Amino acid sequence: MGFLNKNVSETQIKLKDRLWLYILSAIILFLLIVPSLVVIPMSFSSSQYLEFPPKDWSFRWYENYFFSWKVENGFNDWMAATRTSLLVAVLTIFVATPIGTLAAYGLTNSTRRLRAVLFPIMISPMMVPIILVAIGLFYFYVQFKMVNSIIGLVLGHSLVAMPLVLIIVMSALKNYDMNQEKVARSLGASRPRAFIEITLPQIKFSLISASLISFLTSFDEIIISLFVAGGDNSTITRSMFLALRDQIDPTIAAISTVLIIISSGLLIVTQLLSRQSQ
Amino acid sequence: MVELEQNLNQAALTQLARREHYTFFGLTLPYLVLVGAMIIIPIGWLFFLSFVGRDGSFSFENYERMINSKAYLRIFITTFKISILTTFFCALFGYPLAYFMSQISRKWANICMIGVLIPFWTSLLVRTYAWLVLLQKKGLVNSVAVDLGLLSEPIKFVHNTSGTLIGMVHIMLPFLILPLYANMRAIDPHCVKAASSLGATPTRAFWTVFFPLSIPGLLAGLLIVFVLCLGFYVTPAVLGGGKVIMAAMKISSNIELYFSWGAASALGVVLLVVTMLILLIASKLVSFDQFGQRS
Repeated sequence: MGFLNKNVSETQIKLKDRLWLYILSAIILFLLIVPSLVVIPMSFSSSQYLEFPPKDWSFRWYENYFFSWKVENGFNDWMAATRTSLLVAVLTIFVATPIGTLAAYGLTNSTRRLRAVLFPIMISPMMVPIILVAIGLFYFYVQFKMVNSIIGLVLGHSLVAMPLVLIIVMSALKNYDMNQEKVARSLGASRPRAFIEITLPQIKFSLISASLISFLTSFDEIIISLFVAGGDNSTITRSMFLALRDQIDPTIAAISTVLIIISSGLLIVTQLLSRQSQ
Repeated sequence: MVELEQNLNQAALTQLARREHYTFFGLTLPYLVLVGAMIIIPIGWLFFLSFVGRDGSFSFENYERMINSKAYLRIFITTFKISILTTFFCALFGYPLAYFMSQISRKWANICMIGVLIPFWTSLLVRTYAWLVLLQKKGLVNSVAVDLGLLSEPIKFVHNTSGTLIGMVHIMLPFLILPLYANMRAIDPHCVKAASSLGATPTRAFWTVFFPLSIPGLLAGLLIVFVLCLGFYVTPAVLGGGKVIMAAMKISSNIELYFSWGAASALGVVLLVVTMLILLIASKLVSFDQFGQRS
């Protein structure tokens, strides 16, 4: 057991003195990761009840999710809701990323004083409790007959995603030497051209991760969707939430498994991107 | 002549610089218009509504009802109780993990970081559902506890305060760990080394040197978690099973069930003011840049 006497810090602390910390940390990490994964085996259960481990295996909940256009016992057209969610999330990328990037570029180049005033306003969608944003939007949309519309959902989700885009792009621009653009312009390039040809390629990884985060923010958003989506345009998270309040439907386990795969995939991509950009 | 030319150049340059500033400000306009139209105006309107009484005139009745009503008092107590307990448990579990991650090599810390980020990226609803599955009467937690003899019979963990608390701690933990870990990584390890070279035991070096230096990160994490808990809706709604009613749920039911915009707005204004005050304190302690990874 010699390894227990190995030094684990430069202050001569032995591994055996720190063993409790290693074990405790492992337990906490386990509790962080594993509970969400329980939905994966549940989703392959053949039983209507959520017993663990499942006695028999089947794909019936996936069939329910992918192929039931109208579930006999409920109002859930899961596939339609998924399509709405995907559409809204993709459109959110195209609204939030350009607007957020332009604002980040403008803010980085403006005076410190202006930045100090504008930045808190710009990240306010992140700071204000989301329930207030949701009921505020609901009121706003009622005036303009935008409740239950795709455009209303996209704008609402973009509002929440824009501060994240802003922060990501601003931190990328912080490490970028703006003089490169000046060089391009002194050689005759216009400002937009200098931005597109010189700056953009150098911050592209940040832009891609900002887009992915916009997508995921929209796809996972619940509260705004609860208030401003409905009718034919319910989102998947909204339908899931409403179903969860009423009963424990194992179809939700199948949907959850799909959502875990999507979000882990996006996480891996952004991690690889951030490694690439370093 | 030369002087005049210089002055002219100076004036032209100043003008160019000013035009440049207007251009940059212009680039932020689409963003500002969206935030103005969809956050500031609607919330300003909620603020206005909170002062409109049932008869349509200016009054404080929405706030008075909140102060005088036992139901609202109970909601405030529940909201603060759940938020404080969640924050406490997050610190209890988050601090050791963040400390551990700050002590190991960066390579291993990054691997652990993925463990913190996975739940951060997983849909809130999925995690809440997972806990609903795990904690129910026939769930895994109960069957393991009964098999091990920890419980004589299954307990209902969900649809009550304990279930809400377990789910919320799990969801909030990354929000505490991220700023705290960033802070701990920035602490100069030489400080602790210096303390131990002067004869401090590891325990003493930790408490007198490391811990005080980690307080800004800890406080920032605590405040963020607390604020997020105050406005939380989904997890208490699902895991609380209607028995745990927090402020955000009351706001929602005021509108969805009772169409009472005045009452909802007044509660919303209180929630907003408390949140903003806490965030103001937090912003003095930490920059919000590190939350770019995922909100």
